[in-house]
Amino acid sequence: MADQVYWEDVTEGMELPSIVKEPTTRQLVQYAGASGDFYEIHYDKDFAVGNQLDGPILHGALKSAFLGQLVTDWIGPLGTLKRLQCQYRGMDAPGNVITARGTVTRKYEEDGLCLVDCEIRLENAEGQNTTPGNATVILPSRTG
Amino acid sequence: MSTPASFLTEEMRQQAIGVESPPVTFVVEKGHILRFAEAIGDPNPQYTDEAEARKGANGGLVAPPTFLRSVRGVNLELPFELSFSRRLDGGSDWEYFQPVRPGDRITAVARVAEMTERSGRLGTMVFMTTITTYSNQFEEVVATQTNTLIAY
Repeated sequence: MADQVYWEDVTEGMELPSIVKEPTTRQLVQYAGASGDFYEIHYDKDFAVGNQLDGPILHGALKSAFLGQLVTDWIGPLGTLKRLQCQYRGMDAPGNVITARGTVTRKYEEDGLCLVDCEIRLENAEGQNTTPGNATVILPSRTG
Repeated sequence: MSTPASFLTEEMRQQAIGVESPPVTFVVEKGHILRFAEAIGDPNPQYTDEAEARKGANGGLVAPPTFLRSVRGVNLELPFELSFSRRLDGGSDWEYFQPVRPGDRITAVARVAEMTERSGRLGTMVFMTTITTYSNQFEEVVATQTNTLIAY
């Protein structure tokens, strides 16, 4: 994890440090166990194919967890996540590399809090945005 | 395929909106947080390392942002059968108000906020938007999750 980011360090348009994920079917089974979501389209190939899919797909909620990590890695231990939103526009399959990226879209103060809005997304190996979203965070200020 | 050309009537939509689940109670266990963090592949010490977590904004261990997805058994009893065999998750929108800590007793209640129908690549699809409110043992709302379920 990088050093603590402060609100004063942030500029609109700056990129969040990206993170790379390489989910496997094994991870989807692990996530099924941890989350309790055992829907078979996430690990049973025959079941997935019978549901008009090419094969198992990632849990949407696992993809939002990747985006959560993107943002919480960036805001560091002194930052607070206020909102995490995303849409599952495209399906992602295990065995493919996914890159979580984000861009600062707005920096502002509200109710005495130092806030930042970010546009966030997951890109597949072809560079397509499968999971567009937004996040709002509170960052610490150097001036307290 | 047996999917009907059109499924949802305005009357059904009105019946569905506002339907609320019975409350479900869930105790946040430290080991569960650890397994969840491992499963999502997130090594953040805020979830697993008490000493490091104490130095952070939350002053102790917390759960990852999407951890409350593991609250299971929140059942919405619709007044009609959503007669589609397949389900997809369309997206989620979390708002956070308080940290979720090991030992917290979380109560979850879901409510149907909207139901619409669209015709897509996969045939007739019903989009159900639910809002789940998660409260802790101090009766503070810790988070809300707005989720879109696609039935097709």
